[in-house]
Amino acid sequence: MVTSITSFGRSGLYDWMIQRVTAVVLLAFTVFMIGYMLFNPDLDYQQWKELFECTSMRIFTLMALLSMAAHAWIGMWSISTDYIKPTGIRFLFQSACGLLTFIYVVWGIQILWGV
Amino acid sequence: MLVSVYRYNPEIDDAPYMQDIHIDIPGGKDIMVLDLLQLLKDKDPTLGYRRSCREGVCGSDGMNMNGLNGLACITPLSEVVENDKLVLRPLPGLPVIRDLVVDMSQFYKQYEKIKPFLINDTPPPAIERLQSPEERAELDGLYECILCACCSTACPSFWWNPDKFIGPSGLLQAYRFLADSRDTATTERLADLDDPFSVFRCHGIMNCVNVCPKGLNPTKAIGKIRNMLISQAT
Ligand code: SF4
Ligand code: SF4
Ligand code: FES
Repeated sequence: MVTSITSFGRSGLYDWMIQRVTAVVLLAFTVFMIGYMLFNPDLDYQQWKELFECTSMRIFTLMALLSMAAHAWIGMWSISTDYIKPTGIRFLFQSACGLLTFIYVVWGIQILWGV
Repeated sequence: MLVSVYRYNPEIDDAPYMQDIHIDIPGGKDIMVLDLLQLLKDKDPTLGYRRSCREGVCGSDGMNMNGLNGLACITPLSEVVENDKLVLRPLPGLPVIRDLVVDMSQFYKQYEKIKPFLINDTPPPAIERLQSPEERAELDGLYECILCACCSTACPSFWWNPDKFIGPSGLLQAYRFLADSRDTATTERLADLDDPFSVFRCHGIMNCVNVCPKGLNPTKAIGKIRNMLISQAT
């Protein structure tokens, strides 16, 4: 058993499952967004604002945002443990990724509830 | 034909180099790469490589032939030579001891980790633990592995984390014991594999399946381990 405290889930299995589930959420969000834009070719600000004022859309978007954060963290963590061998640099890289992800989540929520 | 061989003798050479040797195959026959190595060794006795059974059962002559891992003794020239040229290198990713001979310690250490033996804490029967033909059939495609390391040394995930990722060969063996009806340590075995590296570093690239000289499918076995982990956790 290889233990690693910086991974996301409690185990390799949870990381793996989270990665699959978040991928599905992100796919659904992307398909919805593309579909919405295709079916509303002359989308204006008012309509766009109304879309995001709707609670279900906020839930969906927040879900996509959190999914992206988790997905990106697990992905970047894996990549860093593959390719960055010096522990110090790897730790720095992981911290930067973590910080950036956190900033994006807070910023995203602010935008979402700011409309 | 032209053969380019990886040469490195740490006692004499500062760095590894490729040695180009022109050689005529007697009678132009389609011989095995291992036979070719013998011809090269006749010319230059300092060339080092491992071999034993010369018929694909001992797993000692795994090497990289024109970019593909395989057993030299059962690989005919016609299968790997391109434009009359053959490049021979040691198995990638493992430390080189000399020429085509690699240090397999890391590979064996991963094998050791999966406890490659039957564990059964029930009282032993008078004669032996019986299996039905169906239970025995579960081990087909698993027990045939000869530990040649062709698969693990072709796996990028093993190159990057040879100390943490078990690798295709070890995982195939892990599943061999998970699938054995006579083994009672399934839960403990699974618990040992449930971390982000041991199993989950496999990204399904399938290089392992591509090179296995015994035609085995480690990716499939890894998928089955993953399914066992999932059904145990949910
Ligand atoms: S399928 Fe998995 S074990 Fe096989 S080569 Fe790819 S990453 Fe390695
Ligand atoms: S699975 Fe195939 S390639 Fe891998 S060690 Fe076993 S026999 Fe060799
Ligand atoms: S010499 Fe035994 S497998 Fe090739």
